[in-house]
Amino acid sequence: MSHHITEAKELFYSYPDGHRAVNGISFCIHHGESVGIIGANGAGKSTLLMLLNGILTPFQGDVIIGEVKLNKSTLNMIRQRLGMVFQDPDDQLFMTTVYDDVAFGPRNLKIDEPQVERRVLSALEQVGIAHLKDRAPFHLSAGEKRAAAIATVLSMSPDILFLDEPTSSLDPKSRRRLMNILKGFEHTKIITSHDLDMVLELCSRVIVLKNGQVIADGPAKDILTNKKMMEEAGLEVPLSLQKCPVCGKTKPDADFR
Amino acid sequence: MSNIVNAIYNIRQFDELARQDSFIHRLHPLAKLLATLVYTVVLVSYDKYAIIALLPFLFFPVFVAAAGRIPAGPVLKRLLYVEPMIICVGLLNPLFDRGITIILGHAVSSGWLIFISIVIKGSLAVTSALLLIATTGMDGIALSLRELKVPKIFVLQLMLTYRYISVLLEEAARTLQAYSLRAFDTKGIKRVVWGPLLGQILLRTLDRAQRIYEAMCLRGFMGEYHIGQEPRPKPGDIMYVMGWGTFFAASRAVNLPLWLGNLLTGALK
Amino acid sequence: MHMADALISPVVGGAMWAATAGVAAYSIKKVQSDIDQKKVPLMGVMGAFIFAAQMINFSIPGTGSSGHLGGGLILAILLGPYAGFLTMASILTIQALFFADGGLLALGANIFNLGFFTCFLAYPLIYKKIIGREFSAKRIMIASMVSAIVGLQLGAFGVVLETVLSGKTELPFKAFVLLMQPIHLAIGIVEGLVTAAVVSFVWRARPEILKKVSLNQPFGNLSIKKVMIGLAVMAVFTGAVLSWFASSHPDGLEWSMFKASGREELESSDRAHEKLVALQEKTAFLPDYGFKASRNEAQTEEQSEKWPAVSGGSTVSGLVGGSMTLLLTAFMGFVINMKNKTGKKT
Repeated sequence: MSHHITEAKELFYSYPDGHRAVNGISFCIHHGESVGIIGANGAGKSTLLMLLNGILTPFQGDVIIGEVKLNKSTLNMIRQRLGMVFQDPDDQLFMTTVYDDVAFGPRNLKIDEPQVERRVLSALEQVGIAHLKDRAPFHLSAGEKRAAAIATVLSMSPDILFLDEPTSSLDPKSRRRLMNILKGFEHTKIITSHDLDMVLELCSRVIVLKNGQVIADGPAKDILTNKKMMEEAGLEVPLSLQKCPVCGKTKPDADFR
Repeated sequence: MSNIVNAIYNIRQFDELARQDSFIHRLHPLAKLLATLVYTVVLVSYDKYAIIALLPFLFFPVFVAAAGRIPAGPVLKRLLYVEPMIICVGLLNPLFDRGITIILGHAVSSGWLIFISIVIKGSLAVTSALLLIATTGMDGIALSLRELKVPKIFVLQLMLTYRYISVLLEEAARTLQAYSLRAFDTKGIKRVVWGPLLGQILLRTLDRAQRIYEAMCLRGFMGEYHIGQEPRPKPGDIMYVMGWGTFFAASRAVNLPLWLGNLLTGALK
Repeated sequence: MHMADALISPVVGGAMWAATAGVAAYSIKKVQSDIDQKKVPLMGVMGAFIFAAQMINFSIPGTGSSGHLGGGLILAILLGPYAGFLTMASILTIQALFFADGGLLALGANIFNLGFFTCFLAYPLIYKKIIGREFSAKRIMIASMVSAIVGLQLGAFGVVLETVLSGKTELPFKAFVLLMQPIHLAIGIVEGLVTAAVVSFVWRARPEILKKVSLNQPFGNLSIKKVMIGLAVMAVFTGAVLSWFASSHPDGLEWSMFKASGREELESSDRAHEKLVALQEKTAFLPDYGFKASRNEAQTEEQSEKWPAVSGGSTVSGLVGGSMTLLLTAFMGFVINMKNKTGKKT
């Protein structure tokens, strides 16, 4: 694809119980960008992702992907270009073998089986679990499940990857492995997370949400080191930038890449 | 709580057994299903007093277990678990059938013969079903159902139920654990808590169903279930079914042990 | 309440499979035409939920014992009768395969006993009628109790009929009924109470779920008339099978229940009966049923006619042959094991 811009234009959304989750959000994300969406619990991060995916329909405003407005008729076409990795991999791995799960997407596109096999094996290679292709999902560890969930989305060759809390419940090694995998992707990445250290490492740009609105949108380095901004958002500065818990000294001007 | 843990373990154990490799595992799932079904039908077609005539039917499970490298442990454990129920119903028979048979000069109530017959039939039927799943697995069963032209939507639903049983069991286990840490009644859940306890799990289940549906839609699901290429039955598979079918038919037509016994006792004379 | 294969005969098993397959096929068609595509994952996960819920023991106040949920009624309430029936079928299939809870041949009967009566009779005809248009704690309780009890009573009766018609046991009909029905009355009460508790909770916590479900099912499709016709067909079918027995064992059939009403059906199903007899003679696969309704001690003399069937196993040759068969089987198993082991080494 030549250029796909993900654009949110004045989005508004309320849940059936009246809670205003998204209260006028606008931004524009360009091809290949790596964006972290951060905010306290309830700030509207997950709702925003669902609006961008077309799972929820905004009351007001538009979602425009690759210059195509997201609506009922364009939904299926646009979804082929998106990949969404859920917070709970069990929600996404619903077949009885990893292979069938990763093949689910391509098979729905009515691609012939040899091609499907190529895509599946390639996706599994990319996340490093090719040896697990015939395993049942309940045999996988949390990190392996996460990788499998990403593979299920990769096999559809999306342009844009949405990841909802990708490092939650991962042990340090699996987390590091996942971060390395994500670093290697060239897709546009939009990641919601509480893991600010990961965001710092992976994302060049950060959008901060509070009460359903964008309160900051800019380079990750600038925002994440801004103590006042972080506190206003109900967050903290990333742990790697705080005072050392052992010797008490603050890190000097570190370089972030 | 222990029954939940047992259930999870049981499913995983049989799932793992099904993923092994052996001559039996390599057969087409539909062949194994058909062989087991024919076996069961012929087995229960015997009248209620049949005992000796049933013995050749031991061949099938022993063959499958040995050739399929299925350890006796898990199968027997499951069999022992359901045996009490078979025995209970069987035991009622000596009460109601007050007829007498003479065996080797002793008078035996024929109700006991029915009991033994039921226990044999029941155990063999259960064993063959367990061996079927141990050599075929849910994936194989799903494949066989599709071959039998069962609508794919139902097969998908069956597989989803199977897939999420362990997830739900673990959730139930966690909920029960949280409950038992604050309640000191070992007999079961208190009446007041029935609704909320099960209801909470239910609501979480409904939310999960919603998320799974969203995940499916995001990957292009539009009501139809597409499968890849399915393995075709080979001549060996057909021969397997035919072979066993012939053996079962022969055993049904002729009381093989009796014939064998006659042969031997005749030779001795 | 799950029937084992040991108690069922090929004819009864096959007939119940046919009935279940018919209901299932119709249900699948109905579910497929449902606009709500979400049904499939919902059915899958709800099946797993009921499976897990069945493992949880609820203590019954005042008795010191515990019971658990069966699930047919709750599935019908939350998914509708068609999806509920299919979900129940999946649960029972997995139970039969992985847990040997109910046999493969008896699976058709089990799905029918536990699924049909709750989803297609108790739910629409009792539960929905009592609930009417408005939910209230009282209505939920009454509706759940009555439909659970009736549904389970019908299911239990189904088990009795199927077992007695199979002829694999010597249990007389009357005794079996007197055994099964009271037990399942108790089970039905527990089912009703647990169902009511869960439905009440859902109604209080998230009422929109129940409202949506009840709106989604225009049960006007399945009119009362059609249900009655379905029941009548079932009754005729049962009557046909019974008439077959009646004519082969004229002295055995003393069911007070069917004396009056059964007569017309017996007369009208003669042709079906002839066909069944012809089929039986052709296949010679169907057992010779020894069908006895209620027993008198005085009838023990009649027993002596049965002995030829038993004598085959009681002679010396029978025992010798039997032992040989066992030895041969064990030997074969041993040989295959050896072959496997040497195969592994290379």
